[in-house]
Amino acid sequence: MPLSAAFTRQCLDLLGAANIVTEPERLRVYECDGLSAYRTLPELVALPETAEQVLALMRLCREQRVPVVPRGAGTGLAAGAMPVAGGIVVGLSKMNRILALDPLNRTATVQPGVRNLAISEAAKAHGLFYAPDPSSQIACSIGGNIAENAGGVHCLKYGLTVHNVLQIKLATIDGELLTLGGPGLDAPGYDLLALAIGSEGLLGIVVEATVRLLPLPPATRVLLSAFPSVEQAGAAVAAVISSGLLPAGLELMDNPAIRATEAFVHAGYPLDAAALLLCELDGLPEQVAADSERAIAVLTAAGASEIRSADDEAQRKRFWAGRKAAFPAVGRIASDYYCMDGTIPRKHLAEVLRRISEMSAEFGLAVVNVFHAGDGNLHPLILYDNGVDGEFAKAEAFGGKILELCVAVGGTITGEHGVGSEKIPYMCVQFGSGELQQFQRLKRAFDPYALLNPGKAVPTLHRCAELGRMHVHRGELPHPDLERF
Amino acid sequence: MAADRSAELREHIERAAATNTPLRIVGGNSKAFYTGPGAGVELLEVAEHTGIVGYEPSELVVTVRAGTRLAELEAALAGHGQMLGFEPPYFGADATIGGTLACGFSGPRRPFAGSARDFVLGCKIVNGLGEELNFGGQVIKNVAGFDVSRLMVGALGSLGLLLQCSLRVLPRPETETTVAFAPSEAAAAIEFMNRLAGRPWPLSALAYAGGRVRARLSGASAAVSAAATKIGGDIDAGGDAFWQDLREQRLPFFQQPGNLWRIAMAPAAPQPELAGDWLLDWGGAQRWLKTRESAESVHRACAAAGAQARLFRGEAAPDRQRIAPELAALQRRVRQAFDPLGLFVPLPD
Repeated sequence: MPLSAAFTRQCLDLLGAANIVTEPERLRVYECDGLSAYRTLPELVALPETAEQVLALMRLCREQRVPVVPRGAGTGLAAGAMPVAGGIVVGLSKMNRILALDPLNRTATVQPGVRNLAISEAAKAHGLFYAPDPSSQIACSIGGNIAENAGGVHCLKYGLTVHNVLQIKLATIDGELLTLGGPGLDAPGYDLLALAIGSEGLLGIVVEATVRLLPLPPATRVLLSAFPSVEQAGAAVAAVISSGLLPAGLELMDNPAIRATEAFVHAGYPLDAAALLLCELDGLPEQVAADSERAIAVLTAAGASEIRSADDEAQRKRFWAGRKAAFPAVGRIASDYYCMDGTIPRKHLAEVLRRISEMSAEFGLAVVNVFHAGDGNLHPLILYDNGVDGEFAKAEAFGGKILELCVAVGGTITGEHGVGSEKIPYMCVQFGSGELQQFQRLKRAFDPYALLNPGKAVPTLHRCAELGRMHVHRGELPHPDLERF
Repeated sequence: MAADRSAELREHIERAAATNTPLRIVGGNSKAFYTGPGAGVELLEVAEHTGIVGYEPSELVVTVRAGTRLAELEAALAGHGQMLGFEPPYFGADATIGGTLACGFSGPRRPFAGSARDFVLGCKIVNGLGEELNFGGQVIKNVAGFDVSRLMVGALGSLGLLLQCSLRVLPRPETETTVAFAPSEAAAAIEFMNRLAGRPWPLSALAYAGGRVRARLSGASAAVSAAATKIGGDIDAGGDAFWQDLREQRLPFFQQPGNLWRIAMAPAAPQPELAGDWLLDWGGAQRWLKTRESAESVHRACAAAGAQARLFRGEAAPDRQRIAPELAALQRRVRQAFDPLGLFVPLPD
């Protein structure tokens, strides 16, 4: 149902014409997020400048039962910020100020539209940084990071967004402003802060956040090791972790990824390696020296054919250049790619990579693997050509098989990108009807009319039935309480 | 010792639901002082539901039944050079991992390694409808669905019975050394601790007790000894015992008369205006107050200082903690989402 003229007028009254977008050519910007294969043109985008405006909009939308899709920087990869028909998009990009930086308490208090990297840049003068570093950190916003519980390269040691946020102010659909968490390390009552982080805009809109800052490590070393097989590289990851090391980052690239990135950025990667591991160690210089000695021994024993070490920043940047440019590099060798995000127990790395390569042959679509091996967080990039009829559908089907495989080995359909619109069908694979109904009841405790980001993140049972996606668990019929059609 | 009592526990909850009998979940009964009185309520006993279900050191993950003794779990991890990063207090030999998570307790390592909830990766629960549900998983990164597992931590069993959980574990540091600094006043100690925590020292605990700041350093021995030399102070040979006694509240401070309040606040913030004795842990983010002041005065002074107080041990006052009205209303709705019949004893307020 289109938005009424009266509703649009009320939005204009609340925010002013400068903060309301209704012209089709300007609305195009908001039709998708980083997953551009999923698009819906919104009718109205509101760009509030203050928390009060967000609250007023929420009250209006609740009163008129208009769905609200929150949007940060639009860099998400799961169509979580894709507009919904009959709803509005609330973009937080104009709320982009760092409100306070407190070096003694080691916190930054920021508006939701502040870019992830801007926090670390501001904290640097105090010898501090904000740890979560999703690959889009130059552009993505902290509000979006909180909605998705964003990760990054350094999660293994420094944690996810949920481990690095102390307090948020959440605007509810009722137009109330809730303070979750506190200025210390916890707050009384239920841990609603942990619940809100990663809730993909289904529970409220973050209008302010206080994040933890950590001291910058004085020394960092990156070890680049080459392996003659992906299996050995996978086993090396497990061996590094078993040895008691906790690397700041542990990243794996397979041969297609090595070739694609080498051609793009000339990082000097060994082209004949089947797999390459980047292991970053940081801390006091003495700690880094002790850790790298141990890491080199472990990597050698695991069959590394070559190990290089980078200490100075220029060298480290060169090692990382290929990894960081992996996505654009793949963009050069294929007209389109589809990035997956499953996580698996590390022990299944080699097996899952082998299955993915078999599936690649079955589907006739090439795959490039570059991922957070230390966390078991896979990012297979499925290459396809959108110009060829039916290829995206084939890529989606292939991606779906990968996610089902992740669930089958005890993993999850999404490690850090979120479910959004994209992975809704696979939520029905990962969870049974009891869990999905529990999610829905929890959602209603915050949003009784299901107006916040509807259709995303958590499917209804009916949606699972429509999709024909069934969770088969211990041979029991999934979602038994549903009629079958 | 390992035994799967999931079926009996679920049946007990189903029976209670059918007869509308309120339940109070109890593990090792080591933290009854904290959960408040539950007189006249039927007990749901979890202590027999025990065993480590899965533990693979190379995955840094352990999956354990809720009634498993904390001591058994810690011993199993130590056998592989690993540990629970949140250094939970026991408060009794029979402490269980389920009770520890339900209370959400973390020890001195918390500000540097993470809290109980930070290490929870997944859990199996029985909600107030008697449904056995699985949330999260055994992997470090998982953003599928709402983070119900972490919501369970600190909920005191009021959202459901924790049957089993998967926890991330950490490698044990090669060495730990404690440094004690010259006596100082509280205000100076607060500033000193926070300046220390703002530098990249390998800290794993930081407290102010008995007029002195102590810092524990952890890591490779070369790094720990270099740091111990550079930050000054004296090596405290009794450091390990000190942190153990702080973790278990056995220091003389805790033996004084009066109520024990736990106060959560910004670590560098000045002390709330309250008469009593103070001990500052977590670099100042968790402060312990021994006082005879009324709950009203404690809450008022804490609110004025941007702090939040919770009665930890003491006379069973109704006014243990204060939660903003709009949050309290939301908490009730959240509770209803898990336990519509109100079977499980609610959070104290």
